[in-house]
Amino acid sequence: MIECNIKIKLDTFSLDAKFSVPDKGITVVFGASGSGKTTLLRAIAGLEKGDSGYLKVGDSVWQKGDDFVPTHKRKIGYVFQEAALFDHLDVKGNLGYAIKRTTGLTEDFIDSIYTLLNIKSLLNRSTTQLSGGEKQRVAIARALLTNPEILLLDEPLSALDLKRKNEILPYLDSLHNQLNIPVFYVTHSQDETSRLADHLMLIEDGKIIGNGPVNEMLTRFDMPMSHSADAISIFDAKVTSRDPEFNLIRLEFSGGEFVVPDNSLSIESLVRIRVAARDVSLTKNKQIDTSILNIFPAVVEEIVPEGKAQVMVRLSMNGDTLLACLTRKSATMLQVESGLSVFVQIKSVAILS
Amino acid sequence: MLSELDISAIIVTIKLALISTAILILIGTPLAWWLSQTRFKFKVILEAIIALPLILPPTVLGFYLLMTLGSNGPVGSLLESFGGGSLAFTFTGLVVGSVIYSLPFVVQPLQNSFSSIGRQSIEVAATLGASKLDRFFTVTVPLARSGFITATVLGFAHTVGEFGVVLMIGGNIPGETGVLSIAIYDHVEAMEYSQAHLLAGGLLVTSFLMLIFVYLFNRHFSIMRYRG
Repeated sequence: MIECNIKIKLDTFSLDAKFSVPDKGITVVFGASGSGKTTLLRAIAGLEKGDSGYLKVGDSVWQKGDDFVPTHKRKIGYVFQEAALFDHLDVKGNLGYAIKRTTGLTEDFIDSIYTLLNIKSLLNRSTTQLSGGEKQRVAIARALLTNPEILLLDEPLSALDLKRKNEILPYLDSLHNQLNIPVFYVTHSQDETSRLADHLMLIEDGKIIGNGPVNEMLTRFDMPMSHSADAISIFDAKVTSRDPEFNLIRLEFSGGEFVVPDNSLSIESLVRIRVAARDVSLTKNKQIDTSILNIFPAVVEEIVPEGKAQVMVRLSMNGDTLLACLTRKSATMLQVESGLSVFVQIKSVAILS
Repeated sequence: MLSELDISAIIVTIKLALISTAILILIGTPLAWWLSQTRFKFKVILEAIIALPLILPPTVLGFYLLMTLGSNGPVGSLLESFGGGSLAFTFTGLVVGSVIYSLPFVVQPLQNSFSSIGRQSIEVAATLGASKLDRFFTVTVPLARSGFITATVLGFAHTVGEFGVVLMIGGNIPGETGVLSIAIYDHVEAMEYSQAHLLAGGLLVTSFLMLIFVYLFNRHFSIMRYRG
């Protein structure tokens, strides 16, 4: 577990972060700008110091009361918003800076990091010859070469344009799949959150307002994300088979099987599916003469009004939770209430990763 | 050609400039680093004291140094009570005077380049496992390289060129405190213009070449530029 109870007062802002999260997978720290995300990350790294507090990552206690382990003695990998490579060193020198100061690195480990981020071809370049995306890949590799106990990423994509973002996201996916260490990922992008998060921590005005498994956090009505106009639910699924006749693939999840256009994913690969609450409609009986392919049985858990004309419905599909945004009129006509068995029709899905 | 006296003046001058510059960098680096990082309330007062030689007539500075370091001055009498001698009219006294006189020319460019490095590079180094001292020598110093070049050249050139302080505290003893700038003055006094030309011209060309070197390596060179 990662346990944290840190209070920090800065000139115009104070952070009061008390939480505990699992020490594996990606924890996305999500919040508006100025909410204290970066300060939290800096506190974990020891770059900001409060009067007292408690911080434990895995088995290492980094802060306990006045005992404060300084940054250079914490086993962290930190990736700053703008890659922040050393300009007085070339790419190799930047990576070497971390390698020299880390004990027990093997050639195999170094090689695996270079391969993971595909930077072997960049080694002999100077930092000024790199694109924004390449710089960030080198910065991530450099952070990993400290053989950290936790990787901290501070909005690593925010300085990049869309094209560069899409260039680097696959590398973040492979971090997700191949790293055994916990990752804290700070962002205010819902796209990055839904794609990368295992665990979601919401921060507002310097306070942690909640943290938990990502889909739970997205669909809980006491959390803000379920009330936004672009509320979503996400599911983890596995590619099971292809339908070459119609060029479709089937994706199995606990609530059933999605059918989506084939985008050449290999069978057995794990994918994440995102469904916008707006794209879900409900029927009491299973429609047969409909063009919609993805129809699943579900049970209404809770319904709340959303503005004057709409309602948000949370449904359970055999354990997986889904949000549907309906008009109040349809909800009244269908007499939607908790416990009601319905069919959900999902008009479109997005395949992430 | 150069007389024996001229050659000894050149040697004393170069020796003085080399030793002073080395001491200036040793003192100036931590001082400039501290000034660039501190939020100390009375920092401006210290900055003003360091900058004083920029505007003070060198004779004023030399006069007070003579008073302080001479056998009746506080430092001089302290040294004498420990069995040492007065620093007035000695090479050591010259070095002390030069260091104080040239301090702003070393501290200011260093302070400027330290401030312009910013926090992030140093924080990055910390996250990569570098201790405070390690960070200073592997990140701060290389990134402040242009500041060090400027500081070294200015400290050296300014020491070579000083006159008033040296005259007051050194007293122009050949081979000990007789430096180039005073030798030129002596030649002019004695109407030996060709000798004066030789030394003055040499100094002019050398100074010019040193500044060319600074500008070449350091496009943003300006000693009066404060943190930007």
